[in-house]
Amino acid sequence: MASLKELKDRIGSVKSTQKITKAKQMVAAAKLRKAQASAEAARPYGERLASVMASLASKVSGDSAPLLLRGTGSDAKHLLVVVNTDKGLCGGLNSNIVKEAKLQAKKLMAEGKDVTFYLVGKKGRAPIKREYPNKIGHHYDTSDVRHIGFAEAEGIAADLIARFEAGEFDIAHLVYPIFQSALVQNPTTVQLLPVPSPETAEESDAAVEYEPDEEEILAELLPRYVKTQLFGALLEREASEQGASMTAMDNATRNAGDLIDKLTIQYNRSRQAAITTELIEIIAGAEAL
Amino acid sequence: MALHFELVTPSKLVRSEDVHMVVVPGAEGEFGVLEGHAPFMSTIRDGAVQVWKTEGSTPETIEVRGGFAEVGENGLTVLAEHVDG
Repeated sequence: MASLKELKDRIGSVKSTQKITKAKQMVAAAKLRKAQASAEAARPYGERLASVMASLASKVSGDSAPLLLRGTGSDAKHLLVVVNTDKGLCGGLNSNIVKEAKLQAKKLMAEGKDVTFYLVGKKGRAPIKREYPNKIGHHYDTSDVRHIGFAEAEGIAADLIARFEAGEFDIAHLVYPIFQSALVQNPTTVQLLPVPSPETAEESDAAVEYEPDEEEILAELLPRYVKTQLFGALLEREASEQGASMTAMDNATRNAGDLIDKLTIQYNRSRQAAITTELIEIIAGAEAL
Repeated sequence: MALHFELVTPSKLVRSEDVHMVVVPGAEGEFGVLEGHAPFMSTIRDGAVQVWKTEGSTPETIEVRGGFAEVGENGLTVLAEHVDG
C-alpha cells in the first residue's frame, strides 16, 4: 500500500490537473460562443452567393462553361481536402474526421481511383500519414493563425484552384466537421471541385442584364464560391473544436473529481490505520510495565 | 420610395437598410441604382460605393474590394470580399 505521503502527493497532482481542465473548459465555452456567432454572421453571404450561382449556372452550360464548373472530363485522380484542428484536447473530434476521410479514401480506392490528401490543420497529419505514408500531397498550416478568417480560406482556395488548373487532380472533396451542438459534430464530405451544379433555382421572369456577360461573371464567381465554402468549413471547424473541447474538458474535470474522492477515502483509511497501530503499540507497552 | 440596399461580406452583413440611391463602381463603369431599377448583375472593381440616404444629402462612401452587385426585385445586393470603413 502506498504511503501517506505518496497518497497526499497524488491527490495534489490530480487537483492541479483538475484546475487545468476546468480552466480549459471555461475558455472553450467562451470561445464557442464567439465561434458560433461568426459562423452565423457568415451565413448571409454564402446564401446569396449560392442563389446567384444557381441562376447563372443554369444559363451557362455545355462547353462554354468555365473549367471550374465543367471539370476536367475525367475522374481518375481524387483529392481529399481534410480539415482538422490544430490543437488537441477536444475529445474524439479529430479521430472522427480522420475516420471519415479514411472511409472516403477506401471507397475511392476500391473503385480504382487515385487518392491524395490535402491537409488543413495539424492534428490530421499523424494518423493519416500512418496509414497512407505516400499519399499526402500538401499540408496547409493554420497553427500560427490566432483568429481564422477569410484570408486563410482565400489562401487555400487559390492554392487548390492553381493545382486544379495544373491538372494535379480531377475531383476534390472537402471533409470537415459540421457543428450541431457541443455534444455532436458530424464529419461530412462534400464535393468541392469542380463546383457541383446547383439545382436550378426558381427562375425569375425578368430578363436580367449582365455586365460583362454571363460567362465572365461566372468565371469570376466560381473561385469566390470555392473560397466561401472553405471559409464556411473553417468556421465550422472552429465551432466544432471549441464545442468538443468543452465537452471533453467537462468530462475530464468530473473524472478528476471522482478520482480525488477515491484517493481521499484511501488516504483517510491509511491514516486511521496508522493511528490505530500506534495506539496499540503504546497500550501494549504500558501494560508490559 | 426607397431602395433596399444590402452590403454583405463573408464575415458579416454590413448594411441592410433603405436608402435613396447607391452608386456602384462596376467593372465596366460606375452605375447608379435607384428604386425600381431593372434586374441587373455586374462584377465590381475595387473602389468606393456611394450611398445617398436621402435625396440631396451628402453621400457616404464605403470602400469595397472584390465582389459583384445584383439588382433584383428586392433591391440591390452588393457582395464584397473586403470592406473598409
